[in-house]
Amino acid sequence: MNNPLYQKHIISIPDLSRQELELIVDTAQSIKQQPRPELLKNKVVASCFFEASTRTRLSFETAVQRLGGSVIGFADGGNTSLGKKGETLVDSVKVISSYSDAFFMRHPQEGAARLASEFSSVPVVNGGDGSNQHPTQTLLDLFTIYETQGSLEGLKVAFVGDLKYGRTVHSLTQALSLFGCEFYFIAPKALAMPDYIIEELNEREITYSLHDSIEEVVDELDILYMTRVQKERFDETEYQHIKSSFILRANMLEQVKDNLKILHPLPRVDEITTDVDITPYAYYFEQAENGVYARQALLALIMTNEFGAQ
Amino acid sequence: MKKKLQVEAIAHGTVIDHVPAGQGIKILKFFQLSAAQERITVGLNLPSGDQQQKDLIKVENTAFDENQANQLALFAPNATINVIEDFEVVRKFHVSTPEQIKAVFACPNSNCISHNEPIDSNFYVRHQQQEIKLKCHYCEKTFDRGLFSELD
Ligand SMILES: [Zn+2]
Repeated sequence: MNNPLYQKHIISIPDLSRQELELIVDTAQSIKQQPRPELLKNKVVASCFFEASTRTRLSFETAVQRLGGSVIGFADGGNTSLGKKGETLVDSVKVISSYSDAFFMRHPQEGAARLASEFSSVPVVNGGDGSNQHPTQTLLDLFTIYETQGSLEGLKVAFVGDLKYGRTVHSLTQALSLFGCEFYFIAPKALAMPDYIIEELNEREITYSLHDSIEEVVDELDILYMTRVQKERFDETEYQHIKSSFILRANMLEQVKDNLKILHPLPRVDEITTDVDITPYAYYFEQAENGVYARQALLALIMTNEFGAQ
Repeated sequence: MKKKLQVEAIAHGTVIDHVPAGQGIKILKFFQLSAAQERITVGLNLPSGDQQQKDLIKVENTAFDENQANQLALFAPNATINVIEDFEVVRKFHVSTPEQIKAVFACPNSNCISHNEPIDSNFYVRHQQQEIKLKCHYCEKTFDRGLFSELD
């Protein structure tokens, strides 16, 4: 029997079940421990970036190469004949899927990956569609949390910063809520968690609380997930005030739990001071590295039957 | 004493009753009923037993199909539809909210891929705290009813 993700599209985190998320995390760990340089030998994966996103693209392309597959594709669709000749995405997808065994795509418009999956004959992985979903970021976050805590179950997880526009925060909350985690949302009022996420948590009877500063809760946490507050969203005085409450400094970590790990989707600006980097709690650079393992796991699962088949 | 009808009876057609006051005109506009050649009679702010006031629409020689009837639920969740033949009500049913609405509304998100590709729009109907909301199948955003220009 096939693994449940074999030949499936990966478009949006809410499409994935708890079991499927666990399978991806387990597979990422297995590939990290035991590299599989031959797994995608003779497979062609298309890398389709209809808008530029260098780090995501490099991470996906590295994942393919480390599994022995070959990459075709483009790095900025706006600059290719795809963008310039006015072809529909539907037509582009039909052609690309006839050349490749799977493809991942980044597109500036919301819903592009879902649409592509409806016209593709091979699995599609969403590498970000406008402000909507970026599921592989969430999968690498989940893997990193699992790696550092040994479990995803019942953790106390705080999210800090821009919770309104931060799509990675939204999907990670949705994913972790399948594992009975407890949430602390620490954000300026103007950047609070959107209503639809709060309503979903209420419906599922998930415990969460809202806070004005990191210090209020930091000693209770297993995971502290920091995000960047964009200066442009505030006027100068307001920003100075906000900054002081939502910046993490090493001296705030004196009483924390031993297993606390600090994550950040990167790039960071000044929301984590560099003196935090040398504490045993900082884990954001390892997290970025895990992006490749999580994407390797995903490609391995959708393109082969080597893992998790029953 | 016999109750006097406030809106003239029709021989054949559809009567949409129990429309919340104020929604009648929107329904006309949405279904572009007024563009049809048939005679339409509209009653606005009529007295109603269970509601304070109601609107009522009679369309001659026209039968609503189930799909149209369900779209009506977005304006008037408690509306009843009476199918009239020879001045008699031959069928009476309540509208019910559809689970999915395809190819009716444009997505209010201007950056949604559904606007510039050869596909139908597609929304899932959600009930959130008594409110009807529509979630776009493509961009995954959820919208209040009021954000659809077609429903205004
Ligand atoms: Zn949409």
